[in-house]
Amino acid sequence: MLETRVDAYPTHRIGGVPVRAGRTLPFGATPVPGGVNFSVYSNNATAMTLVLFRRGEAAPLVELPFPPSFRRGGVYAMTVFGLDDLGLDVETLEYGYRADGPSRPQDGHRFDPGTILLDPYAKLVGGREVWDAPRDAVYPYRGRIALDDFDWEDDRPPGIRPEDLIVYELHVRGFTRHPSSGVRAPGTFAGLVERLPYLVDLGVNCVELMPVFEFDELDNPRGPHNYWGYNTVGFFAPKASYAASGPYGMQVDEMKNLVKQFHRAGIEVVLDVVFNHTAEGNERGPSISFRGLDNSTYYMLTPDGHYYNFSGTGNTVNCNHPVVREFVLDCLRHWAAEFHVDGFRFDLAAVLGRAPDGTVLANPPLLESLAHDPVLRDCKLIAEAWDAAGLYQVGSFPSYCRWSEWNGRYRDAVRRFVKGDLGTVGELAARMTGSTDIYGPRGPVASVNFVTSHDGFTLRDLVSYNRKHNELNGEENRDGDSANHSWNCGHEGPTDDPDVLALRARQVRNALLLLLTSHGIPMLLAGDEMGRTQQGNNNAYCHDGPLSWIDWDLAREHRDLHRFVRNAIAFRRAHPALRRGEGALGHSVDGRLPEVSWHGVHAWTPDWSPHSRLVAAMFSTMRDDGGYDCVYVAANSYWEGHVLELPAPPEGTVWHLFADTAAAPPHDAHEPGREPRLADQVRVSIGPRATLVLVARERLPEE
Amino acid sequence: MTEPVVLVDTSVRDGTTVIGLTGELDGRSGPGVQRRLMELLPEDGRVLLDMSGVTYLSSAGLRVLLLLHRAADGRVALTGVPPEIETVMAATGLLDLFRVAGSSVTDSSVADR
Repeated sequence: MLETRVDAYPTHRIGGVPVRAGRTLPFGATPVPGGVNFSVYSNNATAMTLVLFRRGEAAPLVELPFPPSFRRGGVYAMTVFGLDDLGLDVETLEYGYRADGPSRPQDGHRFDPGTILLDPYAKLVGGREVWDAPRDAVYPYRGRIALDDFDWEDDRPPGIRPEDLIVYELHVRGFTRHPSSGVRAPGTFAGLVERLPYLVDLGVNCVELMPVFEFDELDNPRGPHNYWGYNTVGFFAPKASYAASGPYGMQVDEMKNLVKQFHRAGIEVVLDVVFNHTAEGNERGPSISFRGLDNSTYYMLTPDGHYYNFSGTGNTVNCNHPVVREFVLDCLRHWAAEFHVDGFRFDLAAVLGRAPDGTVLANPPLLESLAHDPVLRDCKLIAEAWDAAGLYQVGSFPSYCRWSEWNGRYRDAVRRFVKGDLGTVGELAARMTGSTDIYGPRGPVASVNFVTSHDGFTLRDLVSYNRKHNELNGEENRDGDSANHSWNCGHEGPTDDPDVLALRARQVRNALLLLLTSHGIPMLLAGDEMGRTQQGNNNAYCHDGPLSWIDWDLAREHRDLHRFVRNAIAFRRAHPALRRGEGALGHSVDGRLPEVSWHGVHAWTPDWSPHSRLVAAMFSTMRDDGGYDCVYVAANSYWEGHVLELPAPPEGTVWHLFADTAAAPPHDAHEPGREPRLADQVRVSIGPRATLVLVARERLPEE
Repeated sequence: MTEPVVLVDTSVRDGTTVIGLTGELDGRSGPGVQRRLMELLPEDGRVLLDMSGVTYLSSAGLRVLLLLHRAADGRVALTGVPPEIETVMAATGLLDLFRVAGSSVTDSSVADR
C-alpha cells in the first residue's frame, strides 16, 4: 500500500491557499489526505465561492472562488490543503458559500453573493451551540466538519417487529430540562440517556424524537421561541444545543451515544423529520441555504416565482424534483447509516407526494424511492398523512405496502367515543381492529394509533378543557386546531371538585386502555402517563418553559396513573392477541374462536345502532404452544353502568380481571400475570363511562 | 496562531505507569500527544492518565483518549478529570469505557479499582 495518494498534492493556489480541483462526490465537506474536499451544487448559479472562517470569528479568514475548471456540471468541487498554514484544523474550521447568479424572483432566482450560505450537506453546524444565545448577524449557521469515527462497538438495531412497537413521543429538551428531572445535563441527549431507566421501567420500546436536526429556537416572529423545532436549518446535523457537549462540537458523538445506549436497552429511536418546509420562510424570510444556492430547484414556486405554501409555514420543499429527492434520500441514509436510527416520522408527509406545481401524484417518486431504498429497508417509515393545504391522505397515502401512518381517524374516533358522542361505536370498532377498513392488505401495522401527540391537547387537558386556551401564544387564541373532540367533564380547567376529578381520572384511563388494547402501533405522548398539563394550550410550539417541559414531580403526584400505564403496557406486551401483524378475522376457521368477535349487553350480540354507547370485543389468537391467547375489552361511554353477559372463554380457561377504570386504584389495573379471577364467570358489571379488560387464564386444578 | 502545548510527563508508582497531561488537547495538539502516549504505553501493567492539568478537550482530543484506551486494551484508568471535561466525556459515553479513579493520583484506592 502506498502511504499517500497522488491527489494529496495541490495543483493551484487561490488567494495564497494551496488547492486542487476537488472530487465531485460525495457532496459536503469531507476530510481527505492532506486536506478537506468541498463539493456543492447549484444548477442556476453562475459562480461559487468557498468562504472559510476560523471558528467563532465574525470575519471570514479567506474566500476561495471556484475556478471554472473546478466545476463539473452543476457541481463545484475543491480540495483545500494547508489548513495548518492558515492556523486551522478540521475542528476549528467553519465554512460557507457565496453563490452568484440572477436575482430575478419572478423567475424563481434569488441569488445574492452578499450572503454567506450554509452547505445543505453540512454534518455539523456551528453557531447555535447554546440554546437562546444571540445569533451572529453575518453568518449565523456555520458549516463544520464532523469526525465520523464513533465507536459503535457491537451495536445492533433492536429490530422490533412493527406490531410489537410501543412508541413514546418526546421532546429532547423538554424531557429533562425541568429542574425536577434531576439529571446532570438537563435538556440534552445526555440527559435523555440518564432517564433511560425510566423508559425501560415504563415498558415502551421505541422513542420518537421531535425534531433534532439543527434549527433556530429563536426563529419565531410572534414570540420568543420556536421550541418544537419544525423549522430545519441543517438537515444533516444534530441540534448542537441538544448536546451537553455541543459547546465542544461533540453533538454528533453525543447523539450517536444516545442511539447506542437506547439500543442496548432494547429501545428503538425514530426521528421526526421535517422535509416539507425549511426555516427560510416566505418571500420575506432569510436566505440561509437552499434559497441562495438554488431557489427554483429546492422550492415549489408559483409561475410568477412566489412560494407555494402547502406546509402553512411560508414555503414548500420541492420534494419530487429529482435533485431534491436525492437530497432527501442522502439525508435519511446518513441518519440510518451513520447514526443507526431505526426509523422516521415524516411531518406533513402528504407534501412529499406533490409534484413541483403542487399536483397530487398517484405514484410520487420520492415516496417510492424511500419505500424501496436498500439502506432504509429495515427503517420504520411513518407518515403524517396530511398537509396544511387540505390534502388528507389517511388510508390513501401512497404506501407501497411499506409506510405506516399517523392515524388521525383513530385519534378522533377514540376521543369522540370516550366523551360520549353518539354514532361512534361502529367507527371505534374499526379503529380498535387496526383500521383494516382503511388500510386493507397493509394490515394493522399501517396504523400508528394515538389519542394525543405533541400537536394538540395533552391527555389530561383533553378531559379538562372544552376549548383551546392559546392566548399565551400571542395570536389571540386564533392558532391551534379548534376541532379537539375534548370534554372538560363539567368544569373548564383546574378544579377541586372531587366528582369532576374522579371522572377525568377515569376518562384518561379509558382512552389509554383503548389505545393499549387496540390493534396497530400505539403511540403515547410523553408525560401523559403522569398527568402532564399545558393548561389548555393545544399548540405549545412557542413555549420553552414549565408549560412545555416534563415536570417529574408529577410522576410522584400521579403515581397511580403511572402504575396504570405501566401495567397496561406490560399487559399489551404479554398478549399477542393485541399485537397483530395482520387483520383479525371475524369468523371462525377450523372450529377455532374468531380472531375478533363482538359482544354487547348480551354475548355475541353487539349493538351497532346509532344510539349505542357500548363496544365489547373478544380478541383471540393461537399462541405458539397451541393454547389461546384471549382478551376481552368492553368500553361503555354511557353515563350509567350495565351488566354484561360474557362470552365463554376458551375451553379450560376462566376470565380474570386485568383492568376496570371504574375501580379505585390500585384495582384499576392489576399487574399482568396476577389478575384476580372473576367470581361470576357469566356476568360482569361495567360502570358508567368505564372500560373493562378481562383475560382468559388457564383454570387451576382446584377451580 | 501558536500551537497549543501539551506537556506529557510520566512516572511509575507501585507498578502503575502514571502519565500526566497538561494543556489543551485538541485537533492541533492531538496527533503529537497521541504519538507520545503510544511511546509511553508500557507492554503490560496498569496505566493511570492524570488529566488534572488538561484545560480543554476537543472532539479530536477525545479521540486521542479513545485510541489510547483501545491500544492499551482496557488497562488505562483516568484520574483528576476536571468537572467540565468529565461532563463532556460522560455525555458522549466515553467515560463509561474508562475506569475513573479518584480525583488525585495519590488516592490510594486508585490502583485497585
